[in-house]
Amino acid sequence: MGEIYAKFVSQKISKTRWRPVPPGSLQTAETFATGSWDNEENYVSLWSIGDFGNLDSDGGFEGDHQLLCDIRHHGDVMDLQFFDQERIVAASSTGCVTIFLHHPNNQTLSVNQQWTTAHYHTGPGSPSYSSAPCTGIVCDNPEIVTVGEDGRINLFRADHKEAVRTINNADSSTLHAVTFLRTPEILTVNSIGQLKIWDFRQQGNEPSQILSLTGDRVPLHCVDRHPSQQHVVATGGQDGMLSIWDVRQGTMPVSLLKAHEAEMWEVHFHPSNPDHLFTCSEDGSLWHWDASTDVPEKSSLFHQGGRTSTFLSHSISNQANVQQSLISSWLSTDTTKDRIEITSLLPSRTLSVNSLDVLGPCLVCGTDAEAIYVTRQLFV
Amino acid sequence: MEELDGDPAVTLIPGVNSKKKQMCFDWGPGEMLVCETSFNKKEKSKLVPNCPFIFIIRKDEDVYSQILRKLFNESHGIFVGLQRIEEELTGKSRKAQLVRVSKNYRSVIRACMEEMHQVAIAAKDPASGRQFSSQVSILSAMELIWNLCEILFIEVAPAGPLLLHLLDWVRLHVCEVDSLSADVLGSENPSKHESFWNLGRLDEARQMLSKEADTSPTSAGMCRTLGDLMRTMPILSPGNTQTLTELELKWQHWHEECERHLQDGTFTSSPHLETLCKIMLGDEAALLEQKELLNNWYHFLVTRLLYSHPTVKPMDLHLYAQSSLDLFLGGESSPEPLDNILMAAFEFDIHQVIKECSIALSNWWFVAHLTDLLDHCKLLQSHNLYFGSNMREFLLLEYASGLFAHHSLWQLGVDYFDYCPELGRVSLELHIERIPLNTEQKALKVLRICEQRQMTEQVRSICKILAMKAVRNNRLGSALSWSIRAKDAAFATLVSDRFLMDYCDRGCFSDLDLIDNLGPAMMLSDRLTFLGKYREFHRLYGEKRFVDAASLLLSLMTSQIAPRSFWMTLLTDALPLLEQKQVIFSAEQTYELMRCLEDLTAGRPVRGEPDAQRLQDDDIETTKVEMLRLALARNLARAIIREGSLEGS
Repeated sequence: MGEIYAKFVSQKISKTRWRPVPPGSLQTAETFATGSWDNEENYVSLWSIGDFGNLDSDGGFEGDHQLLCDIRHHGDVMDLQFFDQERIVAASSTGCVTIFLHHPNNQTLSVNQQWTTAHYHTGPGSPSYSSAPCTGIVCDNPEIVTVGEDGRINLFRADHKEAVRTINNADSSTLHAVTFLRTPEILTVNSIGQLKIWDFRQQGNEPSQILSLTGDRVPLHCVDRHPSQQHVVATGGQDGMLSIWDVRQGTMPVSLLKAHEAEMWEVHFHPSNPDHLFTCSEDGSLWHWDASTDVPEKSSLFHQGGRTSTFLSHSISNQANVQQSLISSWLSTDTTKDRIEITSLLPSRTLSVNSLDVLGPCLVCGTDAEAIYVTRQLFV
Repeated sequence: MEELDGDPAVTLIPGVNSKKKQMCFDWGPGEMLVCETSFNKKEKSKLVPNCPFIFIIRKDEDVYSQILRKLFNESHGIFVGLQRIEEELTGKSRKAQLVRVSKNYRSVIRACMEEMHQVAIAAKDPASGRQFSSQVSILSAMELIWNLCEILFIEVAPAGPLLLHLLDWVRLHVCEVDSLSADVLGSENPSKHESFWNLGRLDEARQMLSKEADTSPTSAGMCRTLGDLMRTMPILSPGNTQTLTELELKWQHWHEECERHLQDGTFTSSPHLETLCKIMLGDEAALLEQKELLNNWYHFLVTRLLYSHPTVKPMDLHLYAQSSLDLFLGGESSPEPLDNILMAAFEFDIHQVIKECSIALSNWWFVAHLTDLLDHCKLLQSHNLYFGSNMREFLLLEYASGLFAHHSLWQLGVDYFDYCPELGRVSLELHIERIPLNTEQKALKVLRICEQRQMTEQVRSICKILAMKAVRNNRLGSALSWSIRAKDAAFATLVSDRFLMDYCDRGCFSDLDLIDNLGPAMMLSDRLTFLGKYREFHRLYGEKRFVDAASLLLSLMTSQIAPRSFWMTLLTDALPLLEQKQVIFSAEQTYELMRCLEDLTAGRPVRGEPDAQRLQDDDIETTKVEMLRLALARNLARAIIREGSLEGS
């Protein structure tokens, strides 16, 4: 891996997200958003790792990221997602969900849309109103799904003032994260080690499927779906374990991999190179899991391709081959453990690494030690 | 108690009239609450309107600086790294490690200082600009002191190399002043640039000389001679292998040559060059004449050492330092805190250095980290305080407490407490319970800290707080999860009762996803076990596994897991099973059920005066019991027949 740059930013970072690159464009990621938590004033900020012309031609600041703009955010930023190129959705510990709009002309952020009482324990009408933190969001333009400590699931549309659909009491415990499985199905993880699949086509408050870890009820904190194999799901738990699930079969994880020593806060498949997985944890570590086999033909295909669509354009037989090896790379149980190569990406242990994001060859992560780490050469 | 080193500084609180009014206060962990009372100072004075505010007074204001937060965070990493340096490392490698750590700390200070400087320049209003500038000078002083301590205490340079280090030290910090004030270097009059000579930057000086020689051919010869003298000055270089005695000898020769030139009057026609020659001879009077070019007395000291005592021994440093300070100040002004600190360092009085720094600086960061580093150099063992434990721990505790008082820096404080063997743990226990928990995520982070340190009492208390919160918000599932995590049996019973109450009210269970997946956690309390098992009964019944359901139901009563108050509900649940077409309860099981029913009815306390509502309730109750008795009797009959016929066949 290439050089990793650290910058101390005087605020504890809870979330880091790359701005998506326009589909079909060849440019690499250069802007990312961060959210802070546990400060007296919290911010959503946009940063650039661009070269800024030749200003820093001395090389001293190359790779360092610069603040583009920021905006006050009421409460801790619990989750952050790009809605599209200009809009960012933020979840707040006050139960509020906000869409921020980025104006590239004068480099400012403004509030575009807000649902102030998306999550609550006692209703907004009641005198004993008490809000509940919103813990996770997932976007699929134009839809936004949010989950919270109140066990509620909301489905919003960017242009609607009211929630399109709300499932009250969807979960008896805290929902920690949410992701889309196949539209209109979503997948949530909760604090008693369960994975639940919800289908918005069905009425009622029941999940269509429940999967769970055996016995121990270890809370699950994060979830990510394989970008091309939609039934393959990775979750991270309070004990730092990485679980791989096949939601088509069984109610238990396909494999459990011993990973971090404390809470795994986030897990991400590489969006265009899904044999690679990244996890970060409360124990202050950031790991890169490489499950690609040593077949040279395949790895070269991936490194050149760089995008899922690329290998889909190959001949059918070739594609089938790739699919085959993909399935085996995360779902085969015993052999997986021998094959996966794990690298620690941060030079030294720090306080909790709360969030990470990968896009192309770039990775960004944020920590409680108030540092943001960026690398632009993941696969060197 | 030891006597005070000076009067404590007075902090004036705007708006509070302490002359007329009495004040009251209360201590907090890192701050203090102050307000006016309604009592006047003298009994019968006029009524003065009260100040309507309560003030929070913070001790360690630097903690709240945005830029210094970077210093705290970055140095935290270095601190933790230093604590992990293996004890086995000894001798040279250990020393090298410690010097590296010290340099890391200094580079963090410098980075911070540079940023602060940028902000000071960019500041829009002059007041904040001044504030930042004063922070810059504080940081610069911190780095200056640290660097000197590094040379004297950590590097422990012997005679010879010591001077080289000191030269670097002065060069670094004078340059900084230069670049910050940016005027000295810009001027074009070379003869005014004795600061170069003084710094021992002889190469640059020689270039200046040749420049001077070009402009005035008359003095070219003199310049050449002086230049030669400069070139031939013997200086110890780091890679040089010559011994100290050799160097001293060479230096003596060179010194004599300089002196001869001066006595021969080589430079009499040019006073400038003569002065230079005198300086090179270490003539104090000549040096002092250039006082305005020397930034300060330690600059003067190092220059003086360079030209008169290049092989100064560490032990003699303080003599030269003291006389340099006296000469430089010339009785015109008294030494400032920084002078005292540096002087204490030259005297190798570490404790004095730390003490003076504690008084002079507005934060605990500096003394805490420096003391810790010096302690790792095994320089502080002998010193014990009359309060707390040792000095290192005392200062670290102060610093960490300051961090804990801060809204978001508390996480850093944890590691500092960890490395305070005596009082760290207790302090952490006291502080950690006071962290406000507004989200579960934050609570999880605090819990992780406690669990890693086996602080069971704190874990229990945090879980209880969260469980209580969840109950208040009517989130029974969450409440149960938290009490299970805390292994709090009493609270689990309480929550289970709420679940059962809900069931009785509504006739169905809420939060099935949780209750169905209790697993081994079910054993935490009897009531929780009952809740789980009772739900299992419902599931079995729903799946039409009647025989299993029936025996489970019975065992709930016979094993005494079910609370007595719930037995009637359980027996009523048995009714539909008794009414099934096939026989489900065996004869023996039916006897057991009957015994339970009789136990229950017999044990009923005699009630007082019946009212209308109770009469009606009793009526329903009696009907229920009658129905049960009937059903049980019929089932018993069927069971006996069936069992008899089975045996017969």
